[in-house]
Parts: sequence; structure tokens; C-alpha cells
Amino acid sequence: MGLFALIISNIFVNNYVFARFLGICPFLGVSNKMETATGMGLAVTFVTTFASVITYIIQKAVLDVFGLGYLQTIVFILVIASLVQFVELALKKMIPTLYSAMGVYLPLITTNCIVLGVAILNIQEGYNLIQTTVSAATAALGFFLALVLVASLREKMEIADIPEALVGFPITLIAAGLMSIAFSGFAGLV
Amino acid sequence: MKISSIIRNGLVKENPIFVQLIGMCSVLAVSNSFKNSIGMSVAVIAVLTLSNIVISIIRKFTPDKIRIPIFIVVIATFVTMTEMFMKAYMQPLYQALGIFLPLIVVNCLILARAESFASKNGVFKSAIDGLSMGLGYAVAISLLGAIREIIGAGSIWGISLFGESFQPAAIFVAPPGAFILLGILIALYNTFIKKRFAE
Repeated sequence: MGLFALIISNIFVNNYVFARFLGICPFLGVSNKMETATGMGLAVTFVTTFASVITYIIQKAVLDVFGLGYLQTIVFILVIASLVQFVELALKKMIPTLYSAMGVYLPLITTNCIVLGVAILNIQEGYNLIQTTVSAATAALGFFLALVLVASLREKMEIADIPEALVGFPITLIAAGLMSIAFSGFAGLV
Repeated sequence: MKISSIIRNGLVKENPIFVQLIGMCSVLAVSNSFKNSIGMSVAVIAVLTLSNIVISIIRKFTPDKIRIPIFIVVIATFVTMTEMFMKAYMQPLYQALGIFLPLIVVNCLILARAESFASKNGVFKSAIDGLSMGLGYAVAISLLGAIREIIGAGSIWGISLFGESFQPAAIFVAPPGAFILLGILIALYNTFIKKRFAE
């Protein structure tokens, strides 16, 4: 697959939230305000890209060489957890403004399945280093897009008159479903 | 806490899917057929119960500061074991669950129970908690899987229900149907079951 096709595919056609169901927890959890959604989106994009590149190198240089493929899950999740910790420390020291903007969301990212999911999928697809980087960055951007879209919807829904039973998560899920139908309109682009 | 109330918490009152809304990724993704839902339930129940037991055993000498990485390693170990077991003995199911099998590691449900229950309670109670929370997850995902398969494919467990002339609404097997149907199920839960516990 060419790089351009990969970008379109990850952001629109096979959007990680609407078509592949990765990262649903933060998608529902932090999408109630535009501001928090942007912070979370930024943090996830950052970590997913870095994590994919690092896990790719570890897979090729260590796990494949020594035939330790079965340790993939354990090794990857440890790498991601320590990377998140490291990014948190580094940002705090070097870019304090960015750190305060996405501070509380950083620790939450460890259990965001999009980070581990994209890292494992890239290996399964047999991508090279450049494809892995592009794929991870665009997957996270697709997540960002979905988060921002739903956040803007939810801000509007707060003042809308919704049946009591649907208030909160049910209406958000149904809105996400309708948006997912819209996104399936991109099918066939790539 | 009494054993019966732990069981009721997991299955109904604090149902991980309908009330706490955690561990949603696999619920939405894998529930496209009843068979896959059951397979995923078994994997989650196994990992949740076993990790709860081990975390409860080691809770006394786990340093507080690094407890989360330790929990994750315990969980990841059991996930890898489940993965290898399914790869060896249940190849079709292993293929169908795909990426969501290793992703049980980051299923918030499992880490949440480790952190909020198993690290504070005894071994037996933790095992019961893991089992009943896992069953609560299983009830939700199986219900969703069964409804999606019946409406979206006109079959259950791969057996055709309505004959040749039935036109299934394929959207319910596709991703949008999962979101909409889960939204409706949670709304129904809020209306009919949640109110009983509010009193």
C-alpha cells in the first residue's frame, strides 16, 4: 500500500474509532468538552507515534533475532508504560506549557488500547519503519478527528432536550453510531 | 462485604459494561457474532479471575509506588497464556478475535478490578469478584452479540433462523450497529433495572 493510501485509509476509511473500535474508553470518557478532547488527542498522537517506532525497533532488533515473539504483549505494554512515564517527565522539564495542557491525560494513555493496538497491528501488517511511523501517526490523527467531532456534538447536546433514559452515554453511543455510518461512506476511496 | 453482594455487584448493580462503561473496545468489536462473544467472554473471565487471585496473593508485599506496572505484568502474563492456549487448541476463534485477544491487557476492566478490589481484599473474595465481574461482562457482550447476529445476519451460533427469504439488516453486523445497539441497551438498562437499585 502506498503511503498516501495508507494515510487516507487510517484517517477516514478504516478510522480506528469508528471502524476498528480502538480507543473507545477515552473516546467516551473525555469527549464531553472540546478543550479536554484536544488535549487528549494531542497526547495520544504523540505517544502512539513514539511507541510504535520504539516497539518496531524492539521487535526487529530483539524479539525476532532471539526468537522471543511470544513475549510481544508483555514487552510492548512495559515499553508503552515506561514511555508514557518518560514523556511525562520530559515534558514537565522541557515544555511546561504543553505539559500543563495535557498533564492529566498522559497517565491515562497507558491503558488506551489504540497505542498497543496500533503497535501490534503494524508488526502484523509487516510494515517497514517509514510505513510504521506514518501509519501510527495517522491512526492517532484519526482518533483525534473522531474525538473532536464527537466532543463538538456533545457540547451541543448538553443544551438539547433529550429523553431521560438516553441522557449521557446512550445518546453519545447512538451519535457515534450515526457518525460511523457517515464514515462508512468513505469506503471504496482506497 | 458479603459474598452475595459481591456477586450481585458484578452481575447487575455495578455491571462493568452497562454501568461503569469500561472495557468497551472489545465489547463493540467482537460482538459481531454470538460465537465470538462467548469466546471473548471465556478469555476475559479466565484472565480476570486468575489475575485477581495472584494480585490478591502478592498484595501484602507489593511496593505501593510501583504497583501498577506489577499488576500490568501479572495481567500480561495471563493474557499471553490465554493467547497461546487459544492459538494451539481453538485456531478459528483465535483468528476471529484477532488483535482484541492481546488487547485484553489494556482492558480497563481488569486493571480497575486489580486496583480497586484485589489489592485490598482476600484471595477468596477476589476470586469471586473476578468471576462475577467477568460474568457481568459476559452477559452484556453475549446479549449484544446475540441481538446483532439475529438482526444483522438472521442467524444464531451460525444456524439460520428465518429461512432463505429473510433479508437481514446488515448494518447491525457492521460497526455502526454496534454503537447504536449498545446505546439502546444501556438506555433500557437505565430505565428498567437501575431504578430498582436507586431506592
